[in-house]
Amino acid sequence: MTTPILEIKDLTKYFPISGGAFGKSKRAVKAVDGVDITVMPGETVGLVGESGCGKTTVGRTVMKLYEPTSGQIFFDGEEITNLRGRAMKPIRSKMQMIFQDPYSSLNPRHTVGRIISSSFEIHGINPVGGRRGAVQELLERVGLNPEHINRFPHEFSGGQRQRIGIARALALRPKLIVADEPVSALDVSIQAQVVNLLDDLQQEFGLSYLFVAHDLSVVQHIADRVVAMYLGKVMEEAPTAQLFAHPRHPYTKALLSAVPIPDPRVERSRERIILKGDLPSPANPPSGCVFSTRCWKATELCHQVAPLPLELTPGHRVACHFPE
Amino acid sequence: MSNLLDVKALNVTFPTVDGEVRASVDLNFSLNRGETLAIVGESGSGKSVSSLAIMGLHNRARTVISGEVIHHGTQGSTELISASDETVRKLRGKEMAMIFQDPMSSLHPYYSIGSQISEAWAIHNDGSKRDGMKRAIEMLDLVEIPSAAKRAHEFPHQFSGGMRQRAMIAMALVNNPSLLIADEPTTALDVTVQAQVLQLLQNMQKEFNMGVILITHDLGVVAEFADRVNVMYAGKIVETAGVEDLYYRSMHPYTIGLLRSIPRVDQIDNHRLDAIKGAPPSLINLPMACSFAPRCEYSSLVTGGLCTQSQPELEQKSAEHFARCFLPAERIAEVRS
Repeated sequence: MTTPILEIKDLTKYFPISGGAFGKSKRAVKAVDGVDITVMPGETVGLVGESGCGKTTVGRTVMKLYEPTSGQIFFDGEEITNLRGRAMKPIRSKMQMIFQDPYSSLNPRHTVGRIISSSFEIHGINPVGGRRGAVQELLERVGLNPEHINRFPHEFSGGQRQRIGIARALALRPKLIVADEPVSALDVSIQAQVVNLLDDLQQEFGLSYLFVAHDLSVVQHIADRVVAMYLGKVMEEAPTAQLFAHPRHPYTKALLSAVPIPDPRVERSRERIILKGDLPSPANPPSGCVFSTRCWKATELCHQVAPLPLELTPGHRVACHFPE
Repeated sequence: MSNLLDVKALNVTFPTVDGEVRASVDLNFSLNRGETLAIVGESGSGKSVSSLAIMGLHNRARTVISGEVIHHGTQGSTELISASDETVRKLRGKEMAMIFQDPMSSLHPYYSIGSQISEAWAIHNDGSKRDGMKRAIEMLDLVEIPSAAKRAHEFPHQFSGGMRQRAMIAMALVNNPSLLIADEPTTALDVTVQAQVLQLLQNMQKEFNMGVILITHDLGVVAEFADRVNVMYAGKIVETAGVEDLYYRSMHPYTIGLLRSIPRVDQIDNHRLDAIKGAPPSLINLPMACSFAPRCEYSSLVTGGLCTQSQPELEQKSAEHFARCFLPAERIAEVRS
């Protein structure tokens, strides 16, 4: 069996809420609460959910930008859960991140050349043909003019900046890229360009993606498998086609039905599940199933006992007492 | 359905040191009571700028506005561009209201939700503070805020994003306006909350028989909500049609490209997305040509390089369907399929 490029086991990340006398933390925001995710080489796993569901925290904990509270993270078969500092550095060159906001993720005082080549500098790499040449090659590969190497981020449009971010992530030839909402800040006509670029690069470099996004239409297009999170927990996980055609968890079903479809006749004849209320606070999640407060199928059992994820059909895991 | 709003030859220009930014060029459209007109476009296409002009919310010292915006209210018709500040102020918040994208920055953090709504009421009505608060609670109840009487005394930070947007809707509708402009009302919200808020807006529209201008970049929201659609590109309306005509018989290459480039949740696909190449132009010193020509797949089909030499007019392609494109309707239908 092939080794997964990324394996997360029972990952939790709690953020303490400081308060009380002497700043002693009493409670914690359970941002991620017992999450398992596996990404195989060359695979794209979409991580979806609404704001506050913990999807970004998962991405950042994988990158070890946050220290996990408990659980295990394996990268290419090697446990990295407790690696930090110098020990983590060689791993970092193999996993890179693309951020949502192309405006705040690039240093405005550095030229594009410096932004991208800083990866080489940090890891002491001298590519064949020199760093400058390598940067120009990368720029060309992501669809930018290599002559623009001396320009500053403000001279580029949003879509172009996101391409710079992608070039930076690619510089060290990583195996895994964690992409956190990489297209949501972009205009509609630019989104498709960047999605296509990510597709092409995956083919060319054999990349694996952990694609964190709230836009289900984009995830449907790009992901091989989808993990749906709600309030720090995985609700459902399935191969993309299966999840979108036959969602088994009520939350996933409601989430999919809420996405408007750009087709008036289809859209207006569709039955829509409107969830009542808002997302509960992750500092004080409901007892039992976290979704029970908004679920139309919830019974006494749901309010008391949290359902365990069950593999209903091969590869399709659902954490629900009453799956569809 | 009676006519509510007529926009004629509306131009909004910002003079800058680099040159004139023509943010909205020669806009013509009208809106009926009870109708929803969606304005679709990317950032910088002029969709928000033109609606701010309708509401009289531009700083006139820094903005050059020409053209006519005629509002047909219960008290007669008013031309808003040439009207005095006083006249516009009497209409704004009463006859016409607006909700914005970000409810956190459009609510005052220091005042309770209830007092902000009652203030909006008090500007246009005589009555005590108590009457205002009563009206505010009524409105919060209407927009389905649970235990409205209690929550009216809470502050914006105590509301969730979806509830804040509901509160904004309550405030906008407190004086029973005939026109509501909703500028990306659900863009900052999660999809499940977006569905709630859109349903609420639709119910409110029926209840108050309002004309709604819905500004958005989300073609899914438009498909759900709009009766007619204006597609804007680089400050101009490039296509205007009924919602079904626009989606099923698009006449402008930009609209066709947009609809092709977006993936859908109800169609599992693995093919490459049909992206529109290039990026929108800068609005300063736009050449006398079709603004979309540099990105257009079809401009080579137009003879004599017309697309890069002169500006196309908004031309009638079929009944109620206009597009700003040199390519004849038959040719477009041909290439579209």
